[in-house]
Amino acid sequence: MSKIICSAAIRGAQKIVDMAEASYEEALKKYGPEQEVSFPNTAYYLPIIYSMLGAKVERLGDMKDIFQECRSLLPAVVTEDMWLPYLGPALDAGMATYFAEEMYEAIDYLNSPDYYTKTEDPTADNIWLGAADDVIFRKRGVEFVDGTAPGFAAIVGSPEDPEVASKIALELQEKNLYIFMHTESDGNFMPDLLIKNGVQVGWNTRLVPFGKRYTSVVFSIGFACRVAMAFGGIKPGDSRGNLIYNKDRTYAFVMPFGQVSDEWYANAAGAINWGFPTISDYAIPEILPTGVCTYEHVVSDVPHDEIVQKAIEVRGLKVNVSKIDIPMSFGPAFEGERIRKDDLFMECGGGRTTGVEVLISKEMDEVEDGLVTLDGPDISDIEEGQNLPISILVEVAGREMQSDFEPILERQFHHLMNYIQGIMHIGQRNIMWVRIGKAAVEKGFSFKHLGVVLHGKLHQEFGAILDKVQVKISTVQEQVEEVMELAKQVYEERDLRLGSMTDETEDVFYSCTLCQSFAPSHVCVITPERIGMCGAYNWLDGKASFQINPTGPNQPIDKGECTDPDNGYFTGINEFVNQASRGAVAEVSCYSLMNNPMTACGCFEAIAAMLPQCNGIMVVNRDYMGMTPSGMKFTTLAGMAGGGMQTPGFMGVSKHYMTSKKLFKAEGGIKRVVWMPKIMKDEISEKLKALCEHEGVPELYDMIATEEQGTTEEEILEFLKEKGHPALEMETAMG
Amino acid sequence: MAKPNRCESCNDITASSTRDLLNQDLAKQVRTAYDRIEDRGMSACLFGSGGTCCRNCNMGPCQIIDGVESMVGICGATADTVAARNFARTVAAGTSAHTDHAREMVRGFIATAKGETPHEIKDVAKLHEMAQLFGIETEDREKNEIAIELGERALAEFGKQDNEPLTMLKRAPKKQQKIWKEQGVEPRSVDREVVELMHRTHMGVDQEYRNITKQSSRCALADGWGASMLSTELTDIMFGTPVPKRAIIDLGVLREDMVNVTVHGHEPLLAESLCLAAEDEEMLALAKKAGAKGINLAGVCCTGNEILMRRGIPVAGSFIQQEMVLATGAVEAMVVDVQCVMQSLAQVVAGMHTDIVTTNYRAKMPDGVHIQFDEHDAYNSAKEILAHAIANFKKRGQYYIPKDKKFDVVVGFSHETINYMLGGRFRQSYRPLNDNIINGRIRGVGALVGCEHYKHSDDVHFEIAKELIKNNVLVLATGCAAQALGKRGLMRPEAATEYAGDGLREVCETVGMPPVLHVGSCVDNSRLLIALTAMVKEGGLGDDIADLPAVGSAPLWMSEKAVAIGQYFVASGAHVIFQDLPISGAKKFSEYLLKEIKEEFGACWGVASEPMDIAKAMIAAIDGKREALGINKKKERVLMDMAMRRELEAGKGIAGAGCGG
Repeated sequence: MSKIICSAAIRGAQKIVDMAEASYEEALKKYGPEQEVSFPNTAYYLPIIYSMLGAKVERLGDMKDIFQECRSLLPAVVTEDMWLPYLGPALDAGMATYFAEEMYEAIDYLNSPDYYTKTEDPTADNIWLGAADDVIFRKRGVEFVDGTAPGFAAIVGSPEDPEVASKIALELQEKNLYIFMHTESDGNFMPDLLIKNGVQVGWNTRLVPFGKRYTSVVFSIGFACRVAMAFGGIKPGDSRGNLIYNKDRTYAFVMPFGQVSDEWYANAAGAINWGFPTISDYAIPEILPTGVCTYEHVVSDVPHDEIVQKAIEVRGLKVNVSKIDIPMSFGPAFEGERIRKDDLFMECGGGRTTGVEVLISKEMDEVEDGLVTLDGPDISDIEEGQNLPISILVEVAGREMQSDFEPILERQFHHLMNYIQGIMHIGQRNIMWVRIGKAAVEKGFSFKHLGVVLHGKLHQEFGAILDKVQVKISTVQEQVEEVMELAKQVYEERDLRLGSMTDETEDVFYSCTLCQSFAPSHVCVITPERIGMCGAYNWLDGKASFQINPTGPNQPIDKGECTDPDNGYFTGINEFVNQASRGAVAEVSCYSLMNNPMTACGCFEAIAAMLPQCNGIMVVNRDYMGMTPSGMKFTTLAGMAGGGMQTPGFMGVSKHYMTSKKLFKAEGGIKRVVWMPKIMKDEISEKLKALCEHEGVPELYDMIATEEQGTTEEEILEFLKEKGHPALEMETAMG
Repeated sequence: MAKPNRCESCNDITASSTRDLLNQDLAKQVRTAYDRIEDRGMSACLFGSGGTCCRNCNMGPCQIIDGVESMVGICGATADTVAARNFARTVAAGTSAHTDHAREMVRGFIATAKGETPHEIKDVAKLHEMAQLFGIETEDREKNEIAIELGERALAEFGKQDNEPLTMLKRAPKKQQKIWKEQGVEPRSVDREVVELMHRTHMGVDQEYRNITKQSSRCALADGWGASMLSTELTDIMFGTPVPKRAIIDLGVLREDMVNVTVHGHEPLLAESLCLAAEDEEMLALAKKAGAKGINLAGVCCTGNEILMRRGIPVAGSFIQQEMVLATGAVEAMVVDVQCVMQSLAQVVAGMHTDIVTTNYRAKMPDGVHIQFDEHDAYNSAKEILAHAIANFKKRGQYYIPKDKKFDVVVGFSHETINYMLGGRFRQSYRPLNDNIINGRIRGVGALVGCEHYKHSDDVHFEIAKELIKNNVLVLATGCAAQALGKRGLMRPEAATEYAGDGLREVCETVGMPPVLHVGSCVDNSRLLIALTAMVKEGGLGDDIADLPAVGSAPLWMSEKAVAIGQYFVASGAHVIFQDLPISGAKKFSEYLLKEIKEEFGACWGVASEPMDIAKAMIAAIDGKREALGINKKKERVLMDMAMRRELEAGKGIAGAGCGG
């Protein structure tokens, strides 16, 4: 019964707070109270403490108050008989545990800077990654908000058997969950067992080895706290808001393996505050009555082959897993998996051979649904290392199908093929590249399976617009080249059509609330010339999505009258945004950074910010971890641009928008752009140059500074003056 | 069973402490209520019991027989009118008792805020909460300054003359407030509703039983949501909101080697001062000098509940045991203030060293020693009283303390405690309670409140509570009922395993709480109103108190206050069952109170005579509400997919899926 659990949790919490405080006292002697402490590259300080108490722990000395808070939260131990109510106190003890563990881990980052790899994947000599920095967090956060990852399993310890560990990991992956791994059971570390068993571990496969001590559980919980602050608009210090947000929206749970120590119980009790229950394989007591979590709080003694199913049931999660009839596992968790040289069986396209993929629409009677053909040799016909050309021609038909939807459907190929475990897909169109792993071949992979996946998933996701799908795959050079010709023609027509589509030519824009499950107060407006700031959804996506699901997250907005073409004010847009935000946002401009800029959830690709001295705009993408001329890193800027608020001078943007003719139109367009990281400038250079050309300032491209020129406004201003950047001559943008 | 009380016409005494004591020679010499019932030798007057004896004017007294034309009152008053008037006057008397108590507490509160008492403003969070309710500015203001303003505003509530409703009504569920408005029963002040009710029941004023009862409701609501609630909240702010505490209860808490001072009555101002003074070095030295190890304070009746809840001070006995406490011969002084103090006390101690110390100018008795308690000089008053008691210690003669007769209890279940214990500091809410009511682990909530008396066995509360918790009904208890339950071990957390049904046991074990929660004294029934409101606001159990699977009973009611309490619960939508009511002589009025009034307030009175029948009626009432809410059937677990999560509004969970808070 829960008395045993609560008693153990309170004892554990006391030990953990004692341990953390001892390490704090020692660190204080060693470094002094002014010593800076932090988790790597994050704007959320120690995120649990920051989100629950609103307190920023920036220096060692800041921890003193937090330890006092821990002490005030720590309850007396539960007595043998005549006990006082212990549930509330045990939850408080769990909270004190997390505060203490965050400080403990932060101090350890100080003591042993290389204890964790601080990377996305394990390194050769260290599997433990440590806390997710904001780059990883924001990248992965997108998956949380768009629903491809409903939550995470915080695994504490490990099953004994590598096979069992792999199977459980796979099952969790198949439920699209992230798997955060912590500490050991009887000397077994789960990521070790997985790697031993040939499973790819790292953020890309959602199998994240956070830390080898139980205190690293705070990295899991801190991740959830950050999701609420970054995407949910929950303010730091709004503890209840954060906890309820996570209970309702982040489908996480704790899964300990083996015997549960007092310290583990303390961590499990802490997680219950967030509505994250514990599902154990060991015969510990259970807490079945509901109330703090959505359903049960602790369920135990669950056999390994039932534990994943039980966990998602207890958490109240429904995962709509579509069964695709192929011998490999399939799902979003395998999307990021890589096929390394040693694992590679063969490859197609990608410069090695000719490779092309294309989707075209046809008349209903020209398509035989479900037909998947393969011309030429299959995997079983070739030796390891023998590469083949490939063409994948998908022909679809449907009463609601429009040629406008072709590129959207085609764009799905990339992630759909990547969903297959053991297959890696890169690129698109005629630069596509497929790498087939040995593991997939061992399981019986055939090229036809690519067709089976495309047929099945296109039906599932786009069933509302298409009725028939047939897939013709060829590995015969001549046939591939034929398809290539056809494809090039299709691409050309398509690009022409897309290029001619502007905000003026279309009367309807689309709203996007795809991320509303996580960012309830934000609405995106997607126009032909301004795609969603996440970079993932353009106007055509909106149109197709609406066709597929008329009550779904993308709704048409009659743009109405354009009252200000420079700022991009439209009567219809304002009405819609006003209503959708329940009056919080009355007006939104489509093309301005300074005047009623569009709000953002938090999963933007880049952030634009005004640099007053330079009279220009800087843009920073989320992969750039360095300092920017605004004096803030991306992570700090993200706090100003996100959360569904309008902050003039700060705005989330997609990289694609950086090359749009409507870019910052109100502020003077591309001529106002003065700085962006080199990595981003290189990535969009072709289109950026074209835009400069179009605006009649081809020399501008070289006037846009990067970190190579400087990361302070003064340095940049110097550079701009030297280059004669047009922004310096423009009227001031700070109205 | 042998009757240790020697009273053939009384019901059983089952409490082993009382039985043990009454078998002692010392106690046998004492004439108790049991003896007096025996000696009186007559049963209660039927007209009085049925509510149809009218003494409101000097043409009578008239005994009315319903349906017999010749037996209406001389003025023509029918049985219904007379019973409704008598019932109303009971409500008025009960309300006035709570009101006078509350007013003293508010006055003490103001004096405390002004620094004129040994107490201080302890619960600042609650002070701010109450200030906000009254629209009092709190920012950048010192706590005593806020408290003075709050106290004065609270005091004004008693006597205000405008027609605006009492401020505290705003705390009720919205639908409840609407009902009160529609029914025209929103109390405008406290005193005024008592006065108006007394006026309307004067000869020849209001002669329509429904209309009279309307004012009874208004008066009772002025008690529950006005006087009593003000008293509870301001007392909490001043003396601290109760938190869970261990304590002991029953006659065995008296100490052989200490000066035993029992406090009996209702207002904690005096008792709290005694608690402070009992730790005073000077007093302790005095006690030592007298040969005692110290001063043992113990409570009786509701003063006992007040200091039990807030300080864990032991309770020596409930109302029914007040004579027994003295019959031990081990009490140096029983310090009394107001309400429920039997006049017999002074006779019980005749010939003993014990003094009955009356302390309130309102409440004196023959053969008592009066030491007026001065709230502005509370500490010295308290010391004076203690010194008097200490002086008696040496004079203690023969005594008998049933030493092994004491029970452990866990007390302190204020609304705030319940809220906290269900989720800790960060997730505190009533959600787990509501959730487990919805999922059927807990069937509902049963309140056992009120007094005790000698007509029925002293284990009535225990029997009812046992049946309720066996059937998974969580029991909240106040007043002497709470003490009776504590005395039987139901307030130990272990009692959940021993007595509760599987579902309730599981929840009790999850939370670590007993199956019977001690919520406070009888004035603290206002805590139940707040708890019920919190359940409504938490969601999933309907829109107002009337929808909740909750029911109350004061089975052994004795005091008029119990009727006022019952009426404010009914008028607040909570079904209430008593063992009897003085209305049985009036058919239509009975029909109205026991049935028709439900159409107005969503709740009515019920009467059931046997303990098991009361328990069954309470369970049936709860089941009825469960059915109406549609939670009587097991529901499938709702699993959420992404689309359902998108439907979530900011800050709100999905209906039916677990919970939203």
